[in-house]
Amino acid sequence: MKISKSIYLFFLPGLLLYSIFFLYPTVSALFYSFTDWDGLSDAYQFVGIGNYERALTGDSVFRKTVGNNMKFMLVVVILQTLVALAFALIVLKNTKTNLFLRALYFFPTILSSVSVAFIWSFIYDPSLGILNQILELLGLDFLRQNWLGNSDIAIYSLAITQVWFHAGQMLIIFVAGLQAIPEDLYEVAKIEGASKWQTFQKVTWPLLAPSATIVIAYTTIQSFKAFDLVFAMTGGGPNNSTEIIATYIFDVAFRSYNFGYASSISVLFMIIIAIITFLQFKALRSDRISY
Amino acid sequence: MLFRKFSLAVYALLILIPLLMVVLTSLKTLQETFRDPLGLPEDGFQWSNYSAIFQEQTMAGYFINSSIVTLFSVMFTLFFASMIAFGISRLNNWIGNILFGLFTLGMMVPAQVNMVPLYALVLDLNLTNSLLGLILVNIAVTLPIAVFILTGFMKTLPKELFEASTIDGAGNWQTYMKVALPLSVPSLSATAIFLFVMHWNDLLYPLLFITDNAYKTLPLALLEFQGEYSTNYPMLFTGVIIASAPMVIAYVFLQRYFVAGMTAGALKG
Repeated sequence: MKISKSIYLFFLPGLLLYSIFFLYPTVSALFYSFTDWDGLSDAYQFVGIGNYERALTGDSVFRKTVGNNMKFMLVVVILQTLVALAFALIVLKNTKTNLFLRALYFFPTILSSVSVAFIWSFIYDPSLGILNQILELLGLDFLRQNWLGNSDIAIYSLAITQVWFHAGQMLIIFVAGLQAIPEDLYEVAKIEGASKWQTFQKVTWPLLAPSATIVIAYTTIQSFKAFDLVFAMTGGGPNNSTEIIATYIFDVAFRSYNFGYASSISVLFMIIIAIITFLQFKALRSDRISY
Repeated sequence: MLFRKFSLAVYALLILIPLLMVVLTSLKTLQETFRDPLGLPEDGFQWSNYSAIFQEQTMAGYFINSSIVTLFSVMFTLFFASMIAFGISRLNNWIGNILFGLFTLGMMVPAQVNMVPLYALVLDLNLTNSLLGLILVNIAVTLPIAVFILTGFMKTLPKELFEASTIDGAGNWQTYMKVALPLSVPSLSATAIFLFVMHWNDLLYPLLFITDNAYKTLPLALLEFQGEYSTNYPMLFTGVIIASAPMVIAYVFLQRYFVAGMTAGALKG
């Protein structure tokens, strides 16, 4: 059936806003990345690949930032996925208690990053903090730490906060994925005398792979975007030990007024995310089995 | 079995204790917090913290700004995205596919990637220190995910319904208003909740575009309380509770929709 050409008008308002405030800035990030623009003056010069050269070879802070981001990502992806999956398996059935627990575990997701940052700054506070106090109560004094002030562990303290923040959301995705697995597959496994681990390995995991792919890909992107949390909790310190790529871009652009250089880091950032997402999808797709 | 129950309880406490701590601390004096950070408020509940924060800060103003920005961003994102989703599912050809691809591309790009040129653009357009500026950027940034969810839903609706409507003489607009929108309510409401949470809690864009107190939203105001109150946690947590209250109340009543909405949003990867 022929559709009236007026259908194209439906795209107009959205496409207009999307082009102005999303596509154009994204493309101009690429453009500015080849300049030395300071963001304030009208004049700028083209510096070729100078910014990229500087980021990749001359900037030790940027390298540290990428490393921090990787540490943060690895801890969050592994811990969050494991916690979410383990607990999803326990609260899988729709009983009253389980529905309540799922709602509770999900709760932190609706808070703002700034709120979560305040809550955990208090928990980690070296003198007032609940964490050190609990360690003391348990007689584990030697584990007391300046959780956010010690540059060796601050990035991991932030990663734990991120897991607390978002594990519940991933748990819900796993529950949805697990509940979609047909019950009779489990019955067959039972009849054939499969052990619990075998059932998980042969039935649950292969059919869970699609939701696992989503959870891991989403968690990865989320961990690169943890800007708010880092910004509000440590501001990248101490000694850049918690600076992630996103907060570094902000610092370079809005504290050092080096828009051109910040743009080149943005472009590299995009490339890093594209590569990681691509690799993950490839890795997780390959072991997917369909029944 | 016992181990399972134990783990469930530990996880539950890990969520509950910090939340309880926030509520209790917001009702203590600063001295009491320093003396006994974990204890109950023994000097009586300091409800005065709540009135103090409203007196010391333009809380009501921040609250109104957050409400305006969130409400308009959600409404117009849903409106424009549902039109696009309708267009794509009606076209059902290569043009529709290209447009769908163009929008979903936006989900892959983290907001921090284009914050620098976006800031320059908003500055050029004289839209800094303006709620309108925030709303326009919000709509553009959340369109991709909304288009993605809504198109997925509208494509599952039976085509015959749209065709019947056209045969009855309805134009595209009428078909959209009278057939597509009412049928998409479940998907629209899930998307709405996801967008509400996202816009209400957003920090990045206010941080980039707003410096004037008159236009600050709650997350930005809250962040700046840190500079003012430093480690005065009773005041900080009072702010946290006020800023989170609307979402928490909505969550208690609309839990199921929240879970559906936030999961639909997560599926964007």
